[in-house]
Amino acid sequence: MSSETSTANQQDLYAAPGETSQGRVFTVTGQDWDSITQSIGDAAEERVVVNMGPQHPSTHGVLRLILELEGETVTEARCGIGYLHTGIEKNMEYRSWVQGTTFCTRMDYLSPFYNEATYVLGVERLLDIEDDIPEKAQVMRVLLMELNRISSHLVAIATGGMEIGALTVMTIGFRERELVLDLFELITGLRMNHAFFRPGGVAQDLPPGALDEIRDFIALMKKRLPEYAALCNANPIFKGRLEGVGHLDLAGCMALGMTGPVLRSTGYAWDLRKTQPYSGYEDYDFEVQTWDTCDSYGRFRIRLNEMWESLKIVGQCADRLAGLEGAPVMVSDKKIAWPSQLAIGSDGMGNSLDHIRHIMGESMEALIHHFKLVTEGFRVPAGQAYVPIESPRGELGAHVVSDGGTRPFRAHFRDPSFTNLQATSVMSEGGMVADVIVAIASIDPVMGGVDR
Amino acid sequence: MSDDKTDENKAARPAEERNLEKAKQETGTGSGVAEPAPEQSPENVPAPTGEVHAVGVRHGMFGASGTGDTSGYGGLVSATVFPAPSQRPYGGWFDEVADALEARLSATDLTSAIESVVVHRGEITFHVRREDLPFVAQMLRDDEALRFEFCSGVSGVHYPEDTGRELHAVYHLTSMTHNRRIRVEVTAPDSDPHVPSLVSIYPTLDWHERETYDMFGMVFDGHPALTRVLMPDDWPGHPQRKDYPLGGIPVEYKGGSIPPPDQRRSYN
Repeated sequence: MSSETSTANQQDLYAAPGETSQGRVFTVTGQDWDSITQSIGDAAEERVVVNMGPQHPSTHGVLRLILELEGETVTEARCGIGYLHTGIEKNMEYRSWVQGTTFCTRMDYLSPFYNEATYVLGVERLLDIEDDIPEKAQVMRVLLMELNRISSHLVAIATGGMEIGALTVMTIGFRERELVLDLFELITGLRMNHAFFRPGGVAQDLPPGALDEIRDFIALMKKRLPEYAALCNANPIFKGRLEGVGHLDLAGCMALGMTGPVLRSTGYAWDLRKTQPYSGYEDYDFEVQTWDTCDSYGRFRIRLNEMWESLKIVGQCADRLAGLEGAPVMVSDKKIAWPSQLAIGSDGMGNSLDHIRHIMGESMEALIHHFKLVTEGFRVPAGQAYVPIESPRGELGAHVVSDGGTRPFRAHFRDPSFTNLQATSVMSEGGMVADVIVAIASIDPVMGGVDR
Repeated sequence: MSDDKTDENKAARPAEERNLEKAKQETGTGSGVAEPAPEQSPENVPAPTGEVHAVGVRHGMFGASGTGDTSGYGGLVSATVFPAPSQRPYGGWFDEVADALEARLSATDLTSAIESVVVHRGEITFHVRREDLPFVAQMLRDDEALRFEFCSGVSGVHYPEDTGRELHAVYHLTSMTHNRRIRVEVTAPDSDPHVPSLVSIYPTLDWHERETYDMFGMVFDGHPALTRVLMPDDWPGHPQRKDYPLGGIPVEYKGGSIPPPDQRRSYN
């Protein structure tokens, strides 16, 4: 914390020498508020610049907020981002097209399947195999994406609740999310960072018993979701904190490129699943959820309603998958499809022994083919593609560029968190400090996606 | 893969015949405004015609440079060629957009603002002359027939061997009114990495342009505060450029040493 009063008389631990040119700097570490206010003394009425984060429990991740305050009112709010930048896009240029999913799944860690999906759809468009993706792979992708939407919205509501002090919302949110992650673990083997969508299909078929688990989950969620409505929807404290906070109308959304629940909270039913369907979304029966209050409360209600719609889609996927037992989950082109399949052996999951026997004992050509495809990978014709999808946070798109080689020439992700976070200042300037937290929680930025 | 063959076949035939065939393909594929999604399936748009200019060259195969190449493919030279400019008609609503754009441009004496139009894999790309970018973007946003009111952002691409136009800035625009999607691309040479900023037209580009500056060193003239956004303020260099190394250290494992990813054998 810093306040512009007199010359610096205290060493600032976090600024390089000479960086703080004016004002007195206070470093707040917690439990020391009394001593800070005492030493500020009369100067407290002047303009105060608060540096909030990046390590702060209420900033929704490693987000740094630079707030200029007059009393309790925010006069200027700026974001400092980049604390989670890991160079995923650069790294992808040094791996094969298939390995790319392993990297991009780690960007927005709350919706990993969406990162994979937009990248994989872009690669498939460049490969010109969009129409060859087997039906079962499409349905499994939709199933996992919609389950992921539920888990992501649960975290959005849970952490948003925690940040305003509604701790029960947080605990029940994570309780239900755990159920979704269990399903992910059953289907893909991993709770996060799945790398399950591959160019041409998905990595594995559904394991036995998965459909029953999914149906149990739907039945359970139908009992659990009303709890959120009962806890929050008409709760006077909850409504008092959220209603009218973080206001952004349609014109503001358009200018700032906002998508997802923030855009739909203005009453505009823009959802790429409906307007520009991909992965066969046109075959599912669901409604686009909107609200017309342009505020944080509307965004909360949209997320809650969208979970119901996602449950509907998951149910339809389960029904379709029941009739697709044994159908292929990978494109039939052997020049693209991953050659080996995983299987459960006596020592756990590993390469299918049948496949090992085939390439090591029966067919030299199969071995060469396996080796070529796994080490070198396939080539993707030169060109560029952009296939955006509706992630839980809005339009997520991968600009995939190929130079005809076995690696992405460039992969750039248009992450909705990155774009939507720009609205922080518009949403919170002129309001109270406490409302900044609510506004940011209603955007629901995931810093892994913002910084990539 | 299989595309290489069909492209070859197409190139072998005379250009008129190809155009005729394209025209035939396009009839009856006009997807109107009322369609729920733009008709972008590959068979509805013409295939790229011939080749333009190479932006890179690939030597050999199997990444065998440096060691003795016993593969027999060491002398192989193949050019990196991106989809060539397409000829009219582009198919579907692409022509409507191109018509509206050209009509407005010719009315303002800027007919050469569009350098070329590429239709590939059901997506349309307008290559725009860099100095005319703000005007074209303003028109794309405001014109009634165009109405590309939503910008998804700008993405930089660095083509070190595309001499004179090494840096590309790629904008993805959406018309929510007409439910259409286009791509606008401008280029700048490495020696003069300036592109006009579009923040005044699409405020959402604020951080996107900062990111592209951060990662590629492209200077967006007119941006209100063009500073780094992801990398630290005092970071040297622009990491996404192709001449910027990935970095990394060798990893020791059970007596072996695995080189960092950018020094491993690569299959070119």
